[in-house]
Amino acid sequence: MALTLLRGMRTPISFRSSTGLFFTVLRPRLARFTTRVESAQATEAKAAAKSIQLVTKEAAEQKTQGFEAIIGIETHVQLSTVTKAFCSCPYNYGSQPNTTICPTCMGHPGTLPVLNEKVVECAVKLGLALNCEISMTSKFDRKQYFYPDLPKGYQISQFDIPIAKKGYVDLDLPVEFGGGHRKFGITRVHMEEDAGKLLHSESGSYSQVDLNRAGVPLLEIVSEPDMRTGIEAAEYGAELQRIVRYLGVSNGNMQEGSLRCDVNVSVRPVGQSEFGTKVEIKNMNSFSEINRAIDYEISRQILLHKEGQADQIVQETRLWDESSQKTFTMRKKEGLADYRYFPEPDLPEVVLSTDYIDEISKSLPELPEAKRRRYENMGLSMQDVLFLANDDNVAHFFDSTLEHGADAKLACNWIMGDIAAYLKNEKLSIDETKLTPLELSELIASIKNGTISGKIGKEILVELISKGGTVKGVIEEKDLVQIADPAAIEAMVDKVIADNPKQLEQYRAGKTKLQGFFAGQVMKASKGKANPVLLNKILGEKLNAN
Amino acid sequence: MPPPLQAHRLFISHRRLPTPARRRFTAVSSVQSAPATTSAPGPATSSILSIRESLLSGERTAADITSEYLSRLRRTEPSLRSFIHVADAAAEREAEELDRRIASGEKDAVGPLAGVLVGVKDNLCTANMPSTGGSRILDGYRPAYDATAVRRLREAGAIVVGKTNLDEFGMGSTTEGSAFQVTTNPWDDSRVPGGSSGGSASAVSARQCVVSLGSDTGGSVRQPASFCGVVGLKPTYGRVSRFGLMAYASSLDVVGCFGSSVFDTATILSVVAGHDKMDSTSSLQDVPDYASELVSLDLLESKPLNGLRIGIIQETLGEGVDTGVISSIKDAASHLERLGSVVEEVSLPSFSLGLPAYYILASSEASSNLSRYDGIRYGRQVSADDLNEIYGESRANGLGHEVKMRILMGTYALSSGYYDAYYKRAQQVRTLVKESFKGALERYDILISPAASSAAYKIGEKINDPLAMYSGDIMTVNVNLAGLPALVVPCGFVEGGAAGLPVGLQMIGSPFSEGNLLRVGHIFEQTLQNFSFVPPLLAER
Repeated sequence: MALTLLRGMRTPISFRSSTGLFFTVLRPRLARFTTRVESAQATEAKAAAKSIQLVTKEAAEQKTQGFEAIIGIETHVQLSTVTKAFCSCPYNYGSQPNTTICPTCMGHPGTLPVLNEKVVECAVKLGLALNCEISMTSKFDRKQYFYPDLPKGYQISQFDIPIAKKGYVDLDLPVEFGGGHRKFGITRVHMEEDAGKLLHSESGSYSQVDLNRAGVPLLEIVSEPDMRTGIEAAEYGAELQRIVRYLGVSNGNMQEGSLRCDVNVSVRPVGQSEFGTKVEIKNMNSFSEINRAIDYEISRQILLHKEGQADQIVQETRLWDESSQKTFTMRKKEGLADYRYFPEPDLPEVVLSTDYIDEISKSLPELPEAKRRRYENMGLSMQDVLFLANDDNVAHFFDSTLEHGADAKLACNWIMGDIAAYLKNEKLSIDETKLTPLELSELIASIKNGTISGKIGKEILVELISKGGTVKGVIEEKDLVQIADPAAIEAMVDKVIADNPKQLEQYRAGKTKLQGFFAGQVMKASKGKANPVLLNKILGEKLNAN
Repeated sequence: MPPPLQAHRLFISHRRLPTPARRRFTAVSSVQSAPATTSAPGPATSSILSIRESLLSGERTAADITSEYLSRLRRTEPSLRSFIHVADAAAEREAEELDRRIASGEKDAVGPLAGVLVGVKDNLCTANMPSTGGSRILDGYRPAYDATAVRRLREAGAIVVGKTNLDEFGMGSTTEGSAFQVTTNPWDDSRVPGGSSGGSASAVSARQCVVSLGSDTGGSVRQPASFCGVVGLKPTYGRVSRFGLMAYASSLDVVGCFGSSVFDTATILSVVAGHDKMDSTSSLQDVPDYASELVSLDLLESKPLNGLRIGIIQETLGEGVDTGVISSIKDAASHLERLGSVVEEVSLPSFSLGLPAYYILASSEASSNLSRYDGIRYGRQVSADDLNEIYGESRANGLGHEVKMRILMGTYALSSGYYDAYYKRAQQVRTLVKESFKGALERYDILISPAASSAAYKIGEKINDPLAMYSGDIMTVNVNLAGLPALVVPCGFVEGGAAGLPVGLQMIGSPFSEGNLLRVGHIFEQTLQNFSFVPPLLAER
């Protein structure tokens, strides 16, 4: 719960004073999954957290009173195509430096780029998923600057005609942040290539260049400046991650740099129409960091405004420092960099047909937003909806469990409860376990029809998820069928009562709580298989019979 | 007009055989076996065909042929300096290997270019052979791969004899802009061979190799072909893959070919042309067997060009053009008329706009294309304390004056605030030029003009006057802007040097009409009387 709670705190003062605390408890935001599991398990704590959250939220609002933040995000998504954007080299994160390179991606003389058509396909997919207009004709341009990780001295990108533009993304804020639906505008999506990496020596006396990543395809997604808080920005990023994962165009992994967010933040007095000076923040490695970096930056800027030092907010790039929970100046921008864009003469225009776009459109999977609305219509709570739709593997598992006839709420409870807990412990994703949706639906059905008890169900689940097999098989193998024969239960009850005369005496003297003790003994005798309803009914009759 | 030349055919000296191929191409009536005797001036002959015939007949070995060329190369190279790198040992080895394969009766041993020695402009990458682009910054650089054009030549059996000199990265019109050496003109060693493919033109002219590859961004094949009296072809943009050609101006660059005859040039084009998956700007158009479509002299009708409409570009025969050149071109036009074509003057009003537009576009693209020569991954690096100094010093030391000037011009033209006034406007001019050519080529099958406004000039004459050198490109740059094919065929002489200086006729066609240009060029070449374009250098022995 600490995680959720602290994420809700956004006043700069408590931020600063609790730095140490933050440092110890915060975890990367992969954790969305785990956070929810924790909160589902600790319902009581959650209620308490909510009230604290409200308080901190109000405090935050007081701090920002009179000001509003404007946030826009540029996101780079590395595509998981088999080969690079303009040559046939593969790319695998973590390969030995300079092992997946060729004359083309090293920028050798005479080499030419040849566009990987998969990149266009991914761009169109994402463009459509973000509700964009797709440009039937777009082109590539060269963005020119010198840096050792940029082999050609220019990056092949798209300048004035991006492949997709004017879209939007819908999302639901997490319940613990007050919830709510948001729609954020997408300015454009364009194709470009990644640069290599510099490895600086410890002494600082030299640097080495690793060009494995040079030429890896990227999609850059530019948002409208529609976000107002850190959590909105973080959730925007999380939604993009879900979308690219649903589409299968990228693994969206922030730690590996497959999804990178550069955030622009400015602050202005409420009511002012022109934007304040914007500051760019980089180096956030999780959505939680994005949230905190932005909230820190907002309060830094508001503080400067309030102290009459707004002129100290300058156009610059600041880096988020996770250890101190602050942003620091990386470089001040001296005027606008002149990249001398011009059309890439080595590549023909990208011309799409409506058939091509239609075909891709038809092949799109159900996207997170549509899933959430569908789950919502099933009557699931927003907490459940967000959990299920967060990961398309989970959603897919859930959907096929329902296809086998399981009840939505029950299936959801199993997935969010025991299954999620198991996955978290074993660090597995749901498709990596031996449990199949069919068996989960069987399990749910077996409990519902009284073949097994809920408790036995939990035991069977552990078997299924770790070793596989069928519900039927496990029940037979372990002889777990519920005893629902009243005569058999009655015999066991009689025996237990006869074996415990002392407790019977106490019970009959008024200590009726002891029924639990008797029930436990019977259950033990039945190895947990006695039908609990029947057991309690018979036991009650026997205990109260004179 | 200078007196007819004494042609000494040293380069083909063997008996021709009446093979079917020979029947298809019997333009040369009587070149008898060595020793080269003085023969009357006559039409150019195909060296490729003779080599092929002598290898197939077993009359000569590849080693013999190679050694003949190499000995001529060794004799002439000290004064010409056409080559930056001569791969003589490798050439001899390859020739011997070819002989072994022929001797062992291997099928396919005699590829279409078997035993043909080619010179390759040094801005085309060759695996395991230096490729410098004529630049100090690539001194010692050996590419990991062959340019597609080179690979195709090798696959057809050709032997790369060496890398020819050029103006650094193709930027220049004299070959004086090479970081390594100045090449001289085989017709007069005090004169330039033209540029930037001066080494390739000079090498073919002096028969140091059979054919050669060049590149043409604004005239770099055609102008040196004219200066050196050889056939030069600038194909349609996209006809030949640019993969492996060190980019100067990507939207204008094409790989071109030189030969001592139209037939040889056509043969080379058939081999190197065609789509390449490594170059997205290469065309998918089919490649005809250009040489087989050429009609031999003895099968020609009396008016073989009947029905052909030719436009002579007015703007190329006016002020600033050498009078000797103008009269050569007019004589060539009359000759074309005698062959049955209709020749009319045509005006291309946008012609004079092409030159400034060309220099803006070419420099802009060059400023970008040459960014990769930063000393980081390959080539010469000057070590320094900080990154900017490494860049600055490596480029300052590695790049020559002309290249730096064009990078500066191009950087300026692309800078924010100037882009619209320069780059964008130049692109608009380019569209105008394209349209004006398109219109003229709807009315005429072929447009003709000089390939250069003068014959070869003296070494050093224009070296300090870049504008004079740039304006020399007026005849050729428009064709690159329009992406059209153009063939230069020697057509006459002006006075100068010991034996006169050759003049080239430029024939411009519609996109992918190389076949027609070569057909007309071949008829022109085979019927041109009283000229022989073998430089006096070769008569010295």
